[in-house]
Order: sequence, then C-alpha cells, then structure tokens
Amino acid sequence: MAMMSYEEKYRVRGGTLIFGDFFDFWVGPFYVGFFGVTAVIFASFGTALILWGAALQHNWNPFTLSIDPPPLRYGLGWAPLPDGGLWQVITICALGAFSSWALRQVEIARKLGMGLHVPLGFSAAIAAYATLTVLRPLLMGAWGYGFPYGIMSHLDWVSNVGYQYLHFHYNPLHMLAVTFFFTTTFALALHGGEILAASNPGEGEAIKYGMHESVYFRDTIAYSIGELGIHRLGYFLAISAGLFSAGCMIISGPFWTQGWPYWWNWWLNIPIWGPHGFA
Amino acid sequence: MAQFHSLFTAIELEGPLEPGLPLRWSRHRRIGGAFHSRLLGRIGESQVGPTYLGWPGIISLICGFIAIEIIGLNMWASVNWNILRFIKMLPFLAVEPPPARYGLWPFPPLREGGWWLMAGFFLTVSILAWWVRMYNRARALKMGTQIPWAFASAIWLYLVLGFFRPLAMGSWSEAPPFGVVAHLNWTATFSVRYGNLYYDPFHMLSIVFLYGSTMLFCMHAGTILALARFGGERETHEIADRGTAMERGAIFWRWTMGFNANFESIHRWVWWFAVLCTLTGGIGILITGTLVDNWFLWGVRHGIAPHYPQVPGLPSSLPHGYAQPPSIGAP
Repeated sequence: MAMMSYEEKYRVRGGTLIFGDFFDFWVGPFYVGFFGVTAVIFASFGTALILWGAALQHNWNPFTLSIDPPPLRYGLGWAPLPDGGLWQVITICALGAFSSWALRQVEIARKLGMGLHVPLGFSAAIAAYATLTVLRPLLMGAWGYGFPYGIMSHLDWVSNVGYQYLHFHYNPLHMLAVTFFFTTTFALALHGGEILAASNPGEGEAIKYGMHESVYFRDTIAYSIGELGIHRLGYFLAISAGLFSAGCMIISGPFWTQGWPYWWNWWLNIPIWGPHGFA
Repeated sequence: MAQFHSLFTAIELEGPLEPGLPLRWSRHRRIGGAFHSRLLGRIGESQVGPTYLGWPGIISLICGFIAIEIIGLNMWASVNWNILRFIKMLPFLAVEPPPARYGLWPFPPLREGGWWLMAGFFLTVSILAWWVRMYNRARALKMGTQIPWAFASAIWLYLVLGFFRPLAMGSWSEAPPFGVVAHLNWTATFSVRYGNLYYDPFHMLSIVFLYGSTMLFCMHAGTILALARFGGERETHEIADRGTAMERGAIFWRWTMGFNANFESIHRWVWWFAVLCTLTGGIGILITGTLVDNWFLWGVRHGIAPHYPQVPGLPSSLPHGYAQPPSIGAP
C-alpha cells in the first residue's frame, strides 16, 4: 500500500541537491534523500534529549514538562546540560530538523517538476522560530530570552513576555500579525467553502466550475479574485502572518524597552495637535 | 527566479467583460457596470462587478450604515464635535455598553449604553441579513451552501461575545465595547479577570485552529502555485477529472509526510479548520465567567498547570469564591 495507483510513473531518479543518487530512494510512502536522513537524525536526537530532560526532572506529565533555556547569568555562553544546556542542544536539533525538512521539500518539488513555493513558505515559519530562539536572544545578550519547550510553559512565557511590555496588543506589528492570522483564516473559509460548494452542489445537480465560482463572489461582494488569485492571496496572507509575528517580537526588547502603550505617544505628539497646532 | 512567475501576472489579457449567469429565479437585476482593473489583474481577475442587489443586501447595507453612523457620531460627540480632536483620538474613542447596574434592561438611557445597544442591534441585523444574502446567492446558482455555514460559525462567536454571554451573565456590561483600542483593552482585561485565558482549553483549541488554518493555507496555496505550470489552480476540474497537477500535488505530500489529501479533501480539511477556529473560540468565551471563574486555578486543579509554592506575604487562603487548589507532590 505504499504506492498509489498512479504513483509509479512519478518515482524516477534525479532532482537531488547533493550526493547524486546515493540517498535517492523511498521507504514506504516517504521519500528519503540526504536531507531525510539528516532530518531523522536531528529529530530523533532532539526528542531523546527532551525525554532525558523529563527523566532528569522526574516529570512525565506532558502538560507541565518544560525544557527551559539557561538562566540569564550564562549570557550567550554554553550552559551545563541540566541547567539550560539541553535547551541549547535541542534548539540546534530543531533548527537542523526544520531546515532539513525544507531542503527535502525542495528535492521532492524538483523531482515532481513543481515550483518551490511550499519550502519557501515553510522557511517563513522556520525564520519565525529562529527569530524567537536565536536572533532575539543574540540581540538581547542571553540565551535565557528564548522560550521554554513545554506545552503550558511556552504559554506562560508568551503571557509573561507580553505583560513585560504592559499590554502587547498595542505593539503595532503584533496588530498586523493578528490581522493577518484572522484574515488568512477568513479567506481560507471562503476558499474551502467555495470549492466544496462547487463540487458538492447537492443531489442530482451538476458540478460547477470556475464560471460559477466567480459569479458567486461577484454577485455577493462585487469582485472575484479568481482561481489562481485566491492562492496568491492566501500564500501572501499566511506568510505575512508568520513574518509579522517574528517582527513584533524582534522589536520587543532589542528596539523598544518600554510598555507598548507608550509607543503610541508619537501619534498624540504630532505637532499639528500641539498648542501651536489646530486642536 | 523563473519559478516564481506564478506570484503575479506579468502580461494581462483583456477579454470581453462577463455579464454573469442568467438570473432565472429573481425579479432583481445585477447592478453596477463591470470594468477592468489593471492593478487587481496583477494578482487576480481584472474584472470588477457587476453585483447582485436584493432585499437582504439592501437591508444589510442600510442597517450596517446606521450602526456605523451611531458609533461614529457618538465618538465625534464625545470630543465635543471637534473634527481634529476626533481624528487625533479616533483610535482611543469608544461606545461602551451600559453599566452593570442596568443589567439586561433593554432601554437604558442613550448616554449610558443605549446607543451601544442600538448600534449592536443594527450591526446584528446587518450581519444576519448578509448571511441570508450569502445563502440565497449560493442557492440561486445551484451550488452548495458551505460558505454561509462557515460564515455562521463566525457569527456564533460574534453573538457569544455580544449577546449570549451577556445574557448568561445577566448584564449587557459584560459585552465588548465598539472602538479600536477599547476592544483590545476589553480583551486583555477579560483574560486577566478570569485568571489568564491561555489556560482555557477551548481558547487553546481556537488558537490551534487559527495557526493551523494559517499553516494549511500556506501549504495548500504553496502547492497550487507550485502546480500552476500544470494548471493546478483549476481545482474543480481536477476534482471531476484528475490530471497530472492533482497527482503531483498529492504525491508531493505523500513523499514529504507519508500522507496526502486530494483536491477535494484538502478543502474539507481547510473548511473545518477555519470553522472550528470560531466555533471553539465561542465555546471558550461562553463558559468563561459562567462555568469557570479562574482558568489558572482550573488548570492547577486538573493537573495541567504547576501549583506554585506559597509566595511570602500573601494570604494563605485564596479569596472567597475561589476553590482551594489541591497540593501536588510533596507537602
């Protein structure tokens, strides 16, 4: 069952980025490739380290388990394994695994003659992760500014870092990121619903195509972006959500250290409002 | 980067404008002359309009206009009709719901939440009429009604926030205000007041579906754009008659993660992710303050949040009304 009925003709040599044919094979439904091997090694090693951390903490509750970054006093140096060193190595493993996965997607896309849009979009997510765990700690001067790896502890971290800036909703890039997340989900509901509505018109009714899809949106909201356009829009919205999320964190701390509500004082202090202005 | 021509339309072709399918079941006509927009044509179809105008649409536009007028004029009045001060303070101005002492009384004084109730009423009528419009247009084209039902999920969250939860709590004052910064403040205050909404499991689910939707749209849109050279964007054609675009898209994900959707089922995945975002979000809001007073203590009681040791200087027992969390581990 490893192969679908139409799959065999697509399983051909070539498309790899390095090492030629050496890793060019499949295991069950999975393509391997050099980056499949590195992804498995990084992911297994990182997972093993998380389990080791659980053993060290005598905590096997998946909700409360937390692999914390080193205390701030270690700055940008290496920390002992039980005191944040595990977090440092796991971060390296995660970045290695994510990058391997993206490069493996590049090899698969090349094999199938497809564009590189999927790995490019995934890279935006990897960049957001690297911003939180590497770039921002580097700019802040301590690995301790990374976020902890744990289901509840990372929520606590988000909450605490938000309140360090008093009220994170006032962060202008956070506003944009949230807007992009909501808009992406909104557009996704419209797109998914539209394709399902066209292909499932009901008992005894003929399936509909692009003409009906366009007329539906022109009839309701005066404009239909079209079959190709909706995917361009969704791709842009989704990637923007990730990149602006990274942006709203990289400016918090390295470039703005007060509460975010105070940032908006520039708006209230524009000269035209002032005593010599109009209002 | 020749691969990325699929991100915008380099050469625009202008054909005749499409008038739309015949309207067989309606006495109304489509309105507005259709025209081409070169700018929109860069990323999507260049044709704008014509559009349909029926009674639900007319009611929706009028009620929406009234709601926005009530909100805007109240804000303008709150700065003494000073136009520059209005512009300056617009992000911070608000139309607040009635104070708690009015409970659910539907006719509080206009200055004390009456305008808020009226704006909310007209906004709700506008949204519901727009839902009818989305439903009617789908039926008129003999298509499925998945879009209006997804819209209903968003309306559920809107009604929970502004109507159902205030009803359950017995006061309009529980509802969010109209205003840019005002609704952000309401959201943050709501979370703090109920012990951090991050511990609300339905809030967790809602966020998972929000981020999941964004991830799925990136995966799906990326796949389709990468398949544009094979005509992958003609999705319903590929559903009815599988071509090489659908095969390559499916195999891409099968080789990547051992599992794949197809051109129809991916849209079921994304529809449910988007719908569940607001559906679970609405549940999470509705049970906050009605069933659960403090989400952090709820998390402690159910073993998902750590029980922090007593901080010196704080009273040893929790305030009245809070359940004492059980001690976990060593005494």
